Amino acid sequence: MKLVFGEGSCGIAAGARKVRAAVEKLNADGAVGIGITGCIGMCYLEPIVDVYDGDTLVKRLVKVDEAAATALYEAAKTGDLAPLAKYEISADDKEFLEKQTRIALRHCGLIDPEDIAAYEAVDGYKAIRKVLTMTPEDVIAEIKVSGLAGRGGAGFPTWFKWNAARNAKGDQKYLICNADEGDPGAFMDRAVIESDPHSLIEGMLIAAYAIGATKAFVYVRAEYPLAIVRLEKALAAAKRAGLLGENILGSGFSCDIRIKAGAGAFVCGEETALIESLEGNRGMPRLKPPFPAEKGYTQAPSNINNVETFANVAWIILNGGAAFAAMGTETSKGTKVFALTGKIKRGGLVEIPMGLTLRDVIFGIGGGIRDGGTFKAVQMGGPSGGCIPEHLLDTLIDYKALGATGAIMGSGGMVVMDSHTCMVNMARFFLDFTAKESCGKCVHCRIGTKRMHEILTRITEGKGKEGDVELLQELCNGIKAGALCGLGQTAPNPVLTTIRYFRDEYDAHIREARCPAHECAALKKFEIDPAKCKGCTMCAKKCPVGAISGELKKPHTIDQTKCIKCGQCVATCKFGAVEVK
Amino acid sequence: MCECCEKSDLSKLTPVFEAFAGDDHALISILQKAQDIYGYLPTDVLYAIAEKTGNSPAKVLGVATFYTQFRLKPVGKNLILLCKGTACHVNGADSIEKALVEELGVGDGETTDDGIFSIKTVACLGCCSLSPVMMINEDTYGSLTPAKAKEIVRKIREASK
Repeated sequence: MKLVFGEGSCGIAAGARKVRAAVEKLNADGAVGIGITGCIGMCYLEPIVDVYDGDTLVKRLVKVDEAAATALYEAAKTGDLAPLAKYEISADDKEFLEKQTRIALRHCGLIDPEDIAAYEAVDGYKAIRKVLTMTPEDVIAEIKVSGLAGRGGAGFPTWFKWNAARNAKGDQKYLICNADEGDPGAFMDRAVIESDPHSLIEGMLIAAYAIGATKAFVYVRAEYPLAIVRLEKALAAAKRAGLLGENILGSGFSCDIRIKAGAGAFVCGEETALIESLEGNRGMPRLKPPFPAEKGYTQAPSNINNVETFANVAWIILNGGAAFAAMGTETSKGTKVFALTGKIKRGGLVEIPMGLTLRDVIFGIGGGIRDGGTFKAVQMGGPSGGCIPEHLLDTLIDYKALGATGAIMGSGGMVVMDSHTCMVNMARFFLDFTAKESCGKCVHCRIGTKRMHEILTRITEGKGKEGDVELLQELCNGIKAGALCGLGQTAPNPVLTTIRYFRDEYDAHIREARCPAHECAALKKFEIDPAKCKGCTMCAKKCPVGAISGELKKPHTIDQTKCIKCGQCVATCKFGAVEVK
Repeated sequence: MCECCEKSDLSKLTPVFEAFAGDDHALISILQKAQDIYGYLPTDVLYAIAEKTGNSPAKVLGVATFYTQFRLKPVGKNLILLCKGTACHVNGADSIEKALVEELGVGDGETTDDGIFSIKTVACLGCCSLSPVMMINEDTYGSLTPAKAKEIVRKIREASK
């Protein structure tokens, strides 16, 4: 039998490599086959080990630790899997995958990402072979039929961009893959590159053929070292197989793909900033038009798509654009991958057909809120998106429907929040991010986000004033209208949506100096419940400012004038007697 | 040329310049390689890169300060990258930062006096399901609590002595 370890970044962080090393140590005789795969997307169950008999998956084991090494080895050697029963995935958890429809992630967690033969065994590189017998126009037409739209966030029709780049005048054209996945809370692209790098390469080759590009770049975040390593290996293997470089498969079509590692700048996810960065400059966006299709990298016609977009391309070519378009809604076709995180029971990667509701994803697949909490909002689209409240949970996952809520589809980050998350502080958090990441080129964004962050900080500190919300709205509108690029234009979205749906929280902070979620430190009030306090004196001993007093075995009290709201008393009390109000 | 205290062995840059010879757009890649070699970007190295690539020192410094990956000061033996992405924020990254500051006595962007640790907060490490998360050198530590974070750095400090 063979043991296959899930070694995406999450799996490795959870200890997958340590477990594998422990099994390999026992397996000096090679009695057990050992392999790796990428990320299956069930991050909350990592490390995951799959047991295969030949090509058949016989058992999926979850939360496997080093202590299980001997049991794993023995079971795989003898074929008696009964001792592994306690690690077996539950029926509930199986649903997480069963309810999904996977296209972009079709091979993730199933094949060895470091072995080109494994990709070829699942119809890999068949699409490019087919494409090389088609005309570029036919390829673009097929993509048009599919209705594929840019998965990086903007949702622009992919065929249109390809067509524009194809028709642009220029001897040298470039294809660029945007793998600068900067939205905090999003990791779909990382998973695709780590788990199925060849599908990205194949998608890029098809696009390059369609637009007539002979040089291509993948711009990968520096924070994704494993993705870079696996992509390097995959590119080398593709080159050896004659699938990359000069005269691909004897067709006369040539294309080379190079990796460029980003150096850490959120704004470089914006296409013209990314091009500046590729050229070795500060990543500051350019004025559009001219669009990259006309004047992109080194002023030559260029086309930029995101990783997930490319990951769909080979499937569309093999299965037909109509099969892709058959899924989804009128305005949004196919599937979309989401990174489901936050206060969710089952967090990980979820790929579903467009047109399901947010509730289907968060409660149906994600299992709802963890630790028995109550759902409050879901943040979509990262710093460019917005927070969607409970009463809109039946909103369809569709570019238009999500846009109408004030949030956006975005690249696929879906961060779930419960009643302990303060929405004003959430808005402050995002503005802190955008203010730091603003490149500084336009005044509206550079100074506007800073002023907004200051106002939001003031409110979370209990120093808010009447009129602050209106001032924030005025700034939001100014920044939206005046900023040059997507970063600035969308930076106000988290503020606008939290004001729209959680105005009561803003008012509570400003008018009552109260944080309804009990999150903002300055507005917290600690009190001891005399009925629960045993008078053990532990909290009084721990309090760094001596604000707690009381006699032994009698209820203690907190002097509010001395309290610095550090929370030590809450952490110390064994009886749950300290209440946060 | 700057006459400050930094005197780096510039001969180490030769293979880097050779690897990127003829590529006019390689400034960021060259800075990345230089940082791999020296651990940070010393001023004299920046000047050398400017001269060799035909850029003004102002442009090279401009690029080096634009991207968060580049450091103009040396870092400690162990670099702690504390994730403050959205998922980590929702799951309590602030309390982890507080715990690290308490334990190490230094904050974001600083290095401990003994040179064992530097702390840097980052926007997202992409391990959101394990949040809150920190990365120390190549290892990722997930599902942190303030106590767990303190214990991890204590163990590394013991091992570094």
